[in-house]
Amino acid sequence: MRITCPHCGARDSREFSYLGDAKMAAGKGDFASVYLRDNPAGAHSELWQHVMGCRAWLEVERNTSTHEVLSIREAGK
Amino acid sequence: MKYSVLEILRQGLTGNKGWQPLWRNPGPKPAYDVVIIGGGGHGLATAYYLAKTHGIHNIAVLEKGYIGGGNVGRNTTIVRADYGQKGNSAFYSHSLKLWQGLSAELNYNVMFSPRGLLELCHSDGQLEAYNRRANMIAAQGDQVEMLDRAGVRAYAPYLGFESARFPIRGGLLQRTAGTARHDAVAWGYARAADRLGVDILQKCEVTGIDIANGKLQGVQTSRGVIRAKKLAICVAGRSSQVAGMAGMRLPIESHVLQAFVTEGLKPFINTVINFGVGHFYISQSDKGGLVFGGDLDGYNSYAQRGSLSQVEHVAEAGMSMIPALGKARLLRSWGGIMDMSMDGAPIIDKTHIKGLYFNGGWCYGGFKAIPASGSAYARLIATGSLPDYAAAYRLSRFESGHLINEEGTGAQPGLH
Repeated sequence: MRITCPHCGARDSREFSYLGDAKMAAGKGDFASVYLRDNPAGAHSELWQHVMGCRAWLEVERNTSTHEVLSIREAGK
Repeated sequence: MKYSVLEILRQGLTGNKGWQPLWRNPGPKPAYDVVIIGGGGHGLATAYYLAKTHGIHNIAVLEKGYIGGGNVGRNTTIVRADYGQKGNSAFYSHSLKLWQGLSAELNYNVMFSPRGLLELCHSDGQLEAYNRRANMIAAQGDQVEMLDRAGVRAYAPYLGFESARFPIRGGLLQRTAGTARHDAVAWGYARAADRLGVDILQKCEVTGIDIANGKLQGVQTSRGVIRAKKLAICVAGRSSQVAGMAGMRLPIESHVLQAFVTEGLKPFINTVINFGVGHFYISQSDKGGLVFGGDLDGYNSYAQRGSLSQVEHVAEAGMSMIPALGKARLLRSWGGIMDMSMDGAPIIDKTHIKGLYFNGGWCYGGFKAIPASGSAYARLIATGSLPDYAAAYRLSRFESGHLINEEGTGAQPGLH
């Protein structure tokens, strides 16, 4: 799997660290946002950090059934 | 037909013409007392114990594919009872006891082979931690012993004892742990359940769950509407989708875990071994193939295939532990979907919908749990309460804070 970092270009997914569903970070820290997940089979917005590169947090939309990356942007922007 | 030596002789003398299929292939009835979604190990075991122990025979097991085609036929077949956390230890201890009598119980050879499980320790700290765990396992009543370096060398001489980076300091050995033939477990439970009147409906995919006024009515399936007094979800790898049909959100993420098998080799690995530093485990199948696996790929996936980077990582861990492994040729690798719960422990519970039950979130430990999970889930469905050995697996524990976090990694399923 390759992830195209907006700063560094297309890189191997090994350069990135995975956090999980992007909704989690947008939540209020309550039970539902910490523990419950939609866990869709299909398009999923998720947070990856380019730890071996620019260290930016990215919001990646990815199809969990095919691993196809649908869109990438810097998280929180 | 009951299998016995006498039956083999009788069939042999009459040209082996009397053998029957292991289970019937009935059409769906319009209504059942209990409908179980998922014809994997857990679903079939649940049906079996409902019929055998609780006398409920009007049961259907719905399987969207075929029996043995899901995660029950995709795992690395390890059976062990080496858990330390309260809630887990009693459950897996009970499960191991059921494994020991399972072939006789089902009248079907599940080839349970208690060949032992060795967990390696590579540092003083790890040795201390495993000593503590061994004491907890012993206190639970299960067999366990600690080996020193010489003991490990005598037990498994092919390990990499010359490694300077990961020196082997000792190991935790459970001689009663081992492996079983996973297909036979599915077939054995299916046959035993069928003999007690359970309808096994293959190629029957659930497309909707009918609920009215907070009470379960039945299910929509690819083979028509089936009404049910009680509905039991038991679908490894699709828990969120099926529970979603009932409007539920679960504390579960689905991840991919890869497993590997080499070409058949002469007897080499005499036990099951867990590497103490990398996440790597290996055993040798009865056919001779070395069966091994490692960590999750680490991101949500339903693709049933993983990244090549993880293949490399697992191969590196394997080579660190057993240098000779590098000479074996890899035959196959595959990916299975694990429903990872937020604390790494499973869920067996009622739901807020009357008549709807949930069993799932087995992470990558579902296979060894099959007998205890089935008997606990059957008890819950039949009587409304869980047996003591499974009483900690409540869905509400995530909200109440009673987590069973064996790895201590927090609400990060990809790290368990």
